[in-house]
Amino acid sequence: MSDNDTTIPARRRFLVQSAAAAVGAVAGTAHAEEAAPPGIPDWMRAPGADVGSQTYGTPSRFEAGLTRNVPKGLKQYTSASSRSPLQDLDGILTPNGLFYERHHGGIPDIDPAKHRLLIHGLVERPLILTMEDIRRFPSESHIYFLECSGNPGFEAIKGKTASDLVGLVSCAEWTGVRLATVLREAGLRPEAQWVVAEGADAAALTRSIPLAKCLDDALLVYSQNGERLRPQQGYPLRVLLPGFEGNMNVKWLRRLNVSAEPAYSREETSKYTDLMPDGTARQFTFVMEAKSIITRPSGTQRITAGFHEITGIAWTGRGRIRGVQVTTDGGKTWQEAMLQEPVLNRALTRFRLSWTWDGTPTTIASRAIDETGYVQPSFEDLTAVRGLKSFYHNNAVVPWRIAADGEVANGYA
Amino acid sequence: MATREFRAFAATLLLVDIAGSALGAERFEIGRPATEAEIAAWNIDIDRDGRKLPAGHGSVAHGREVFEAQCASCHGQKGEGDTGEQLAGGQGTLASAKPVKTVGSFWPYAPTLFDYIRRAMPMNAPQSLSDGDVYAVSGYVLYLNGLAVENAVFDAKSLAAIRMPNRDGFVPDPRPDVKP
Repeated sequence: MSDNDTTIPARRRFLVQSAAAAVGAVAGTAHAEEAAPPGIPDWMRAPGADVGSQTYGTPSRFEAGLTRNVPKGLKQYTSASSRSPLQDLDGILTPNGLFYERHHGGIPDIDPAKHRLLIHGLVERPLILTMEDIRRFPSESHIYFLECSGNPGFEAIKGKTASDLVGLVSCAEWTGVRLATVLREAGLRPEAQWVVAEGADAAALTRSIPLAKCLDDALLVYSQNGERLRPQQGYPLRVLLPGFEGNMNVKWLRRLNVSAEPAYSREETSKYTDLMPDGTARQFTFVMEAKSIITRPSGTQRITAGFHEITGIAWTGRGRIRGVQVTTDGGKTWQEAMLQEPVLNRALTRFRLSWTWDGTPTTIASRAIDETGYVQPSFEDLTAVRGLKSFYHNNAVVPWRIAADGEVANGYA
Repeated sequence: MATREFRAFAATLLLVDIAGSALGAERFEIGRPATEAEIAAWNIDIDRDGRKLPAGHGSVAHGREVFEAQCASCHGQKGEGDTGEQLAGGQGTLASAKPVKTVGSFWPYAPTLFDYIRRAMPMNAPQSLSDGDVYAVSGYVLYLNGLAVENAVFDAKSLAAIRMPNRDGFVPDPRPDVKP
């Protein structure tokens, strides 16, 4: 930047700024001096907006394009999903407004003063709890990822962006009470083996949770990233089962039925079961296995020859990520990526690898290894076992193809 | 019970036993007791064997009327699917290259049909049908799948007696199943 910048005529300055805006963060084809702002920009020449001019802050107007990725042209939007814009996010925490959505009966508008949680079934003391009651229990905060079990389906891998492909995963700090604490308050009877959770939505969504999970790390959550849950994430109360498939983490929780058997509800028989090539379907496939994706550079971005930091996210429902390997030569060789500390149990882990692109077409990809030694499989290896019809639990490696012009595209397509 | 299923079950029992004894100790005296009447009003869970199905009954003929008025606009006149899921057909396709998952081809337990329709359907007005209407519509969907006769009347006993074609089609989770 030079002092001369301030003397650029207004019209030219406008053109320069427009060009800079159009180029975007990854492309960077404009010359540095063209993209530089004026030496003393307008926003330094007068006071900015008043303190408190936004009582609940929102992103800069220049970030208006950063939104949930809502699929177009669905038959209906009551039971559907929207994705987090993974390729535009940094770190491991998903902003609450960009957390992925999957609802089965729309988003209920619940008055917390009228919300109750009923605990019944195989308990000594059936209980009704208000939200005030629930917040009186000892609380805990943990950072956990949450992922929809169909992220993406095996036949839905033609998306363009990282979000299109794997945007049904997000991560947050959750605050609530241990489910074990609340079950203890009601007193478990010896025959108790499962807890059937029901949401207060128009689907009255029901999933059965094995008691062992309920007594382990399961939470009843009322806050996310420091503030109360958003309606899309289950306000005022939800179940949080670290590492388990998203829909079991019942939102808008209103009832826990402690039972000897699962409910065998629609959502754990006809849905969220994995159809195998022999016609059998796997049932109670709870854990989300290790997975990773490069979010930058990724689909629809364009890069130039030279230095790039490859970065992305990895996670596993079985604990911590041990390592992430990255290939920049289409799978011939794999390098160890650096993991951003802290590497947390059942949370997203950010990985990075410095890379200099020589301008020749190639394919880049990442694969995660978790603390159990499990290695994220290729799509070929995964579908060799499961076929293409199981829909759920596709955790395959996502390859990004980079063309000679630097355009990054889905390596499956 | 399959061996693997039994092992998982036994492991769960063991865990619960350990946790159960450790959990006995502390209580906070938070919340209030729920009455039997409150529980009965809230609890709409049906088990797979139909032991929790409520009183009441409904005929396939009445089910057709309810279905055509409240269900067909999304699921099609014969359950062939539209904005709503396909409900009928597909039997024998699960192991094929184009499996069609419907109530008749895929759902393992008929009482689950009652549970789901009562709690979640019709999508624009869930929990609006009477128990008799839910029996009727459940029966009509079974009829559309060739699993009930046209003059059938369903209640707790007869719905629980239906053996769904894919009852034994589900297996436990064997993962991790893909080796590097």
